[in-house]
Amino acid sequence: MSIEWYIVLSSLLFATGAVGILIRRSPIVILLCLELMLNAGNLALIAFSRMVGNEEGQVFALVVMVVAACEVVVGLGLIVAIFRRRLPLDVDALRELRG
Amino acid sequence: MEEVLFFGAALGALGGAVGVVAMRNPFYGVLALIVHLFSLAVLFLLLSSAFLAAAQVVVYAGAVMVLYVFVVAYVGGAEESAWEPIPGQRFLAPLLGLALFVELAIAVLGSSLLALGTEGPEVEAGFGDPAAIGTLLLEKFLIAFEASSILLLLAAVGAVVLAGRRDGDVPPAGGAPR
Amino acid sequence: MSVSSWAWLVLLLPLLGSLVVSFGFRAIPPRLAGAIGTASIGLAFACAVAVLVSLLGEEPESRRHASSLYEYAGAGGLDIELGIYVDQLSAFMILVVTGVSALIHLYSFGYMKSDEGYHRFFAYLNFFVFSMLLLVLAGNFVLLIVGWAFVGFASYALISFWFRRTTATKAGMKAFVINVVGDVGLVLAAFLIFQQIGSFDYATVFETAPQVFESNQWEVTAICLLLLVGAFAKSAQIPLHTWLPDAMEGPTPVSALIHAATMVTAGVYLIARSHELFYLAPTAADIAAFAGLATLLVAGTIAIAMTDLKRAIAYSTMSQIGYMIMGVSIGAYAAGLFHLMTHAFFKALLFMAAGSIIAAMANHQDIDRMSGFWKAMRFTSLMLLVGGLALAAFPLTSGFFSKDSILSYAEARGGMYLWMAVGGYVGAFLTAIYTFRLVFRVLPGRPCEEAQHLIDTGELYHGPPLNPASEEREDAEVGFPGPEHHIAEQSRSMAVAMALLGFGALFGGLVQVPGVDNVLFGFLEPAFEGSPLAEVHPSVGHEWRGLAIGAAISLLGIGTAWLLWVRRPDLPGLFRKRLRPAYLLALHKWYFDEAIDLLVVRPALAVGRFANGVFERVVVDGLVSGTAGGVRGAGGIVRLVQSGFVRGYALLLIAGFAGLGLYFLVVST
Repeated sequence: MSIEWYIVLSSLLFATGAVGILIRRSPIVILLCLELMLNAGNLALIAFSRMVGNEEGQVFALVVMVVAACEVVVGLGLIVAIFRRRLPLDVDALRELRG
Repeated sequence: MEEVLFFGAALGALGGAVGVVAMRNPFYGVLALIVHLFSLAVLFLLLSSAFLAAAQVVVYAGAVMVLYVFVVAYVGGAEESAWEPIPGQRFLAPLLGLALFVELAIAVLGSSLLALGTEGPEVEAGFGDPAAIGTLLLEKFLIAFEASSILLLLAAVGAVVLAGRRDGDVPPAGGAPR
Repeated sequence: MSVSSWAWLVLLLPLLGSLVVSFGFRAIPPRLAGAIGTASIGLAFACAVAVLVSLLGEEPESRRHASSLYEYAGAGGLDIELGIYVDQLSAFMILVVTGVSALIHLYSFGYMKSDEGYHRFFAYLNFFVFSMLLLVLAGNFVLLIVGWAFVGFASYALISFWFRRTTATKAGMKAFVINVVGDVGLVLAAFLIFQQIGSFDYATVFETAPQVFESNQWEVTAICLLLLVGAFAKSAQIPLHTWLPDAMEGPTPVSALIHAATMVTAGVYLIARSHELFYLAPTAADIAAFAGLATLLVAGTIAIAMTDLKRAIAYSTMSQIGYMIMGVSIGAYAAGLFHLMTHAFFKALLFMAAGSIIAAMANHQDIDRMSGFWKAMRFTSLMLLVGGLALAAFPLTSGFFSKDSILSYAEARGGMYLWMAVGGYVGAFLTAIYTFRLVFRVLPGRPCEEAQHLIDTGELYHGPPLNPASEEREDAEVGFPGPEHHIAEQSRSMAVAMALLGFGALFGGLVQVPGVDNVLFGFLEPAFEGSPLAEVHPSVGHEWRGLAIGAAISLLGIGTAWLLWVRRPDLPGLFRKRLRPAYLLALHKWYFDEAIDLLVVRPALAVGRFANGVFERVVVDGLVSGTAGGVRGAGGIVRLVQSGFVRGYALLLIAGFAGLGLYFLVVST
């Protein structure tokens, strides 16, 4: 399979993740969709790494994974804190930062 | 053979993605994402990134998803209301997603980067091995390596801070600590 | 010292006096301030006499001096000096101005004694004298306009002297606004002169004017008409005269100085000074003469109906200045100036006497309430009588000789000017009537309440302080007349001033008795040589005939007044009823105020309302508020983006990303 296939697949997964963020209201699901987008990016990175012929893209993807892990940790910590505060776990209800 | 694996994994990834977006219950969404991650690991293998595939399974599907499972179990799955407060969101979102995909696809397929049409150069056997990755991490990308370590530390500290109980929180199951 | 040096001293001494009194306001006690003010004018008069003496020591042909302190503006063809011009005309004027001013300062020293604004009064009065001298001594049109404007300001400041009185401040504003109209005319005339001739300097302008202009060319006529606008506004001629009666709101010395002797004669001086230009524009000169004649007659009729003592004398001033304007417009320059001098004497004297009487009347000015002052205040009454005789041109008084010198000149010129002389004699008849109406109402008869109080107790009658025009209660603080009043019998400075003026009013005409001596005309006429009009001299026989006619008319007028107000007091009432429309016309001052209100004030207010309502509110405010509202509206719309919805932000993010991608895709094809 030429690299194009992987890239196109990656963009499809990315678009799906984007649609998910826009549509869903639960913060947990939004974080999951965020993971989708990050993984799509990882796929693209590794495909390009294969295309170029060195592993630098893979190292990049590894670091992306690390970052994703950290972000998930903090995000879930926030969700737990919100839940403990008895606030609704609804991204549309949590809208006090506005103009 | 390769094509079969590719399409299978692709379908798995897509299915998982659609599942995450479409499932009402967040727990099912987590499960769908796990399927998606495994499929992606297969795709990584197809692209000669053995180490990354393993890291994907162990770190992502193993650790991060477990984290998700714990939180979903704690928080529970709330029903999302059907009414959409933002006008046009439900209509525009799929449209924009489609637009995004089409643009990216056109950009890739119409690209003048000819190497995209190939399968990539011939690589030796140790491509994507842990040794290769490790060498790169410790030689060329040392700073990135160290920085990500610090980032992990920060994330851990942040998680601990966020997890602490404060006034106004729901008392823990079984009452406050005595 | 040279003539110019003395002239500079004359100019600068009053300014110095004004500055010392105003800046030393707290340090100098009131009496000293009054003394400084009076002394500065007295010294200025001495210097003016020195100027005269120096001039007389020179040949008549070379009695003109221009002297400049420094160049005020010299760029682009402009060459304006801070310079004075001393010739016979200006020497005469400064003598009259400083002389009469000195006496009026002396009078005010006593009259204003208890007023809270004593310092302010003398500072303003000195400043006024300085401005008037600047106007008269100016050597170019620019400095003339400066002096003109200063005089207008001084007049405003002194009319509204009792500034807490609404009537006074309104009168001050009225005077100032009308004077500004005149100022505009004068400035436009100066511009035209500069455009046509290229200089503002008197010497240059008057020498080159005959070469630049043809006779009756429209430019020179325009210049003269604009000069007339200025002259008429300052000298209160029709149609710019409505401010003068209201200007009587000022203290009596102000009325005496500014609105009788000096400021209102500025127009006469202007026409006399610009006689070269007026000679080149006979149409304008004739217009001026007719305006003077009209004013003379109209003001005379109004004065007969006036019941306010000061206003009646004010209309008399207007009428006499009509004589002067008529005189200098038809070419009788020296005669007009002669009348200016005698008028200064007897009109100032009349005002001073009126001030004394009004003080005795506890500030009431209504002659219907006055009577019998001959028994109560002998000296003041005598002065009033002397002034009245001079005004009515009683034989051998100063007014007799001066008024008839103008009229006999008019007769000698012939043609339509003969009719002007006839009008002048009619005016003289009216003058005699209204003057002695005042005299016969105020002096003889049973003393009124206030006069009786004075006779019995020797003290002035005191009533509550009231505004004489509107009868409102007032205070006696600064901004209102002071608590005490002063009459000539009790104040030596007032008496001395009045006595000196009385002397001048009686004997001042003897300097120019036709056929006997030619002191004044002999001095003044060389200043006007070159003007063919000045060559017209009525013969001595003509002059004596004129004097005889004048004497007859004066006695006739006095007799008529005696008949109407002493012998048969019922007759005036009868006349009022029979000739009611005429009486109303005179009483309402020929409805000039109403006409100006209709023609000028209301349209101006309407324009203002339109400007405010339509232009300001709709256009300007609309633009400004509209812009603000537009910005606010746009902000309101943009604010909707900040909804607080994370998904909304994400939508915008992704939409932007898609848009950018589209752009790059398109561009790369």
